[in-house]
Amino acid sequence: MSSPVGADDTPLNNNVGAVASKRVQFSAPLQLQSGAILPAFDLAVETYGTLNAAKSNAILVCHALSGHQHVAGFRADNANDIGWWDNIVGAGRPLDTDKYFIVGLNNLGGCHGSSGPSSINAASGKPWGADFPVVTVSDWVAAQARLADTFGIDAWAAVIGGSLGGMQALQWTLDFPQRVRGALVIAAAPKLSAENIAFNDVARQAILTDPDFHGGHYYAHNVVPLRGLRLARMLGHITYLSDDQMAEKFGRRTRAGAGSYGFDVEFEVESYLRHQGDKFAGVFDANTYLRMTKALDYFDPAAEFDDDLAAALARATAQFLIVSFTTDWRFPPARSREMVNALVKNGQPVVYSEIECAHGHDSFLMDDAHYHAVVRSFLKRVGT
Amino acid sequence: MNTQHNRGDFNVIASWIKPGERVLDLGCGDGALLRRLIDERGARGYGIELENAAMLCALENGINVIQTDLEQGLAGFGDGTFDHVVLSRTLQTVLHTENVLKEMLRVGTEAVVSFPNFAYWKNRLAVMNGRMPVSEDLPFEWFNTPNLRFFTLLDFESVCEHLGIAIRERQVLDEAGSLVDEEANFLGSLAVYRIGRDWLISRFDQFLHFHPQGLGFFDLPL
Repeated sequence: MSSPVGADDTPLNNNVGAVASKRVQFSAPLQLQSGAILPAFDLAVETYGTLNAAKSNAILVCHALSGHQHVAGFRADNANDIGWWDNIVGAGRPLDTDKYFIVGLNNLGGCHGSSGPSSINAASGKPWGADFPVVTVSDWVAAQARLADTFGIDAWAAVIGGSLGGMQALQWTLDFPQRVRGALVIAAAPKLSAENIAFNDVARQAILTDPDFHGGHYYAHNVVPLRGLRLARMLGHITYLSDDQMAEKFGRRTRAGAGSYGFDVEFEVESYLRHQGDKFAGVFDANTYLRMTKALDYFDPAAEFDDDLAAALARATAQFLIVSFTTDWRFPPARSREMVNALVKNGQPVVYSEIECAHGHDSFLMDDAHYHAVVRSFLKRVGT
Repeated sequence: MNTQHNRGDFNVIASWIKPGERVLDLGCGDGALLRRLIDERGARGYGIELENAAMLCALENGINVIQTDLEQGLAGFGDGTFDHVVLSRTLQTVLHTENVLKEMLRVGTEAVVSFPNFAYWKNRLAVMNGRMPVSEDLPFEWFNTPNLRFFTLLDFESVCEHLGIAIRERQVLDEAGSLVDEEANFLGSLAVYRIGRDWLISRFDQFLHFHPQGLGFFDLPL
């Protein structure tokens, strides 16, 4: 996801203030859905607000494809590094740090401090690389449940996420029905479409065919598949925006020297995408990117119920808030309504909001008044 | 579009909902009717509301509110999902009247529909005097009304017959919200109907659906 840029997104106006990540270590093995077993793992975590005595006011924020534990505030060592969903977290904001204890983490397989392909495999003393197992949304939820245990949190007041993060919120209600009171499933889908998977595969192919990929063991060669990761991000980024928004932001505007009948940057949109690709490839791990897209592709809770989503969701006991955005063509409103319809069929509690917002899939990161009011009101219903 | 004033039809509607029923309120506004059905009848309710402010009110009221266009919302629900589908003071704002009525009786076993009666005597008088009526139940001016359709009790009953819809019960209210017993199409300002599928006619519809050419009797050489 691209970084949200809101009016209050400066260190000066930042609400949560300076924050630091910590690493939580888990020594008991974790059985993964693939059959692989992680003997031990770390999760990088940030928290905001205070856990109450009853430990009933905790909200878990699940990240999407490229997110991490740094949800809000700015890093103590870098005031410009503001959390990826800062506009929704803080005193008086929908995820109100005066009321709730907010937990952000970097998922298993990530590259921001949690165990993943770029972290050291204790068995070999070298980076895991290609040997780090493929993880699923259920695996992430299992690891998050271990994290809840370390805080003594029996049940989350809410689990919230956008896109792939929303899928984790949904999975929580199925894997641990008793451990989540409210699920906020935002800009998500109950499974990927063929088109969604197709985009993911092109992104993966860009990485896998980069000569610097070395079968995933590029760390040993002291290189990174920058070109592949950059292309993957450029492609992904297009799917996060809307056509209207791109037209407004770039149109057909060109840079100085355009019209030279060459292949350097000419249109502003090219410049923007290349910049996004470069920025991302410089900080993200290609092996993590492969695993995140695979987790998306595999997500399909209805599969074991003959594709009957209502049957799959029947075991959930949480209250649901499903949110979609009108210009999101990656996971359009119709995909959210599939979940709403399944929940209604079962007579389960659900609130659905379709937000008019111009920012495509990335709308879920924006500071839209109605969207934030809906989140705030729903959380009131879930309680602390 | 539940207006805030004079909800005499709520009393009628509430009296028709049995305890524990599954209810869908189309255009639920701030959710006041559903709140009442949940509190008084233990109904398991959902509301559909498109407008941001009203949707938020319904959410604050503890309603399972679904923010979407009511026609789109209906299309996603399975047959017989609800015991009652309620359309309170909204039918006159709907473009695809016949489709909405049919859809309501597809997703619901029964439907409850209330609407302002254009043939109410004061409305007739207003038109006689050369002006479009403005009343308790038709509170808008011609230039700002959300109402697309103007119809009467007789008109509604006629479309029901045309669509194979059975009228199970009817209550008619005057502007003060009191029940009207006689000359309903003249003295009634607001009508509330409980409707269901007419078994015989809906079977006939199904028959036509599966045999669009009929049985071909008329094609036989005489």
